[in-house]
Amino acid sequence: MSKPGAGRLEFSLNSTMESVGEVEATADKLAAEAGLDEDERFRLTMAVREAAVNAVLHGNDYDPKKLVKASFENTGKSLVITIADEGEGLDPERIPDPLAPENLMRGTGRGIFLIRSFMDEVHFRQLHPGTELTLVKHLAPPEGKT
Amino acid sequence: MALTIASREVDGITVLDLSGRITLGEGSVQLREAIRDLISKGQKMILLNLGDVSYIDSSGLGELVSAFTTSKNQGAALKLLNLTKKVKDVLQLTKLYTVFDIYDDEATAIASYK
Repeated sequence: MSKPGAGRLEFSLNSTMESVGEVEATADKLAAEAGLDEDERFRLTMAVREAAVNAVLHGNDYDPKKLVKASFENTGKSLVITIADEGEGLDPERIPDPLAPENLMRGTGRGIFLIRSFMDEVHFRQLHPGTELTLVKHLAPPEGKT
Repeated sequence: MALTIASREVDGITVLDLSGRITLGEGSVQLREAIRDLISKGQKMILLNLGDVSYIDSSGLGELVSAFTTSKNQGAALKLLNLTKKVKDVLQLTKLYTVFDIYDDEATAIASYK
């Protein structure tokens, strides 16, 4: 599935924690098959998990009538994962900085920060309704090539 | 793997040996309940051994912060022991590493409560 050019894998999932687990496991498989080392696998898997939790919990609010759509692709140059919800929308500019002293001891609000920290590119798209996150991890070129 | 929590006493300090994942829906609630239970019983010295914690997410981080704050507000000291590389990396990234008292050695951690 995650071999370059092997196509794009897409899921439509219920807004449940089981779906988060399924998305996380698929991301881990994608990362492993792409040859990422253990640290990079952990970072990618964690970023994708955070995005899936956001979609299920904050986007769809566990609503059984709303779906989470996820896609996974190895383009050969990058791993590209999209996670979309059907919620009210998320403005990434309005998320408080979790590293600011006044926010450091808050119990929540670190998910988007971790996603941005662990991925090479993160894009937000408003779907009206809903939000789609595209997470991109660049792959190192094969040895001997530039 | 979900979180398992084993409790033991060392020199009056409660050591919680955590094993598994501290994540939303898996370990966060268990950890919260374990801390609340200790606090309600009047325990003032709590050491969380994270040596077998394989994974933590933002919810788990939030739970550690809440456990620390709850303990502090009740006059208790909650400290961390044996961070795995993954947990340490995430704590450093989120600037929480400096918030907690963290130890690599249990004897040193136990002695720090004296």
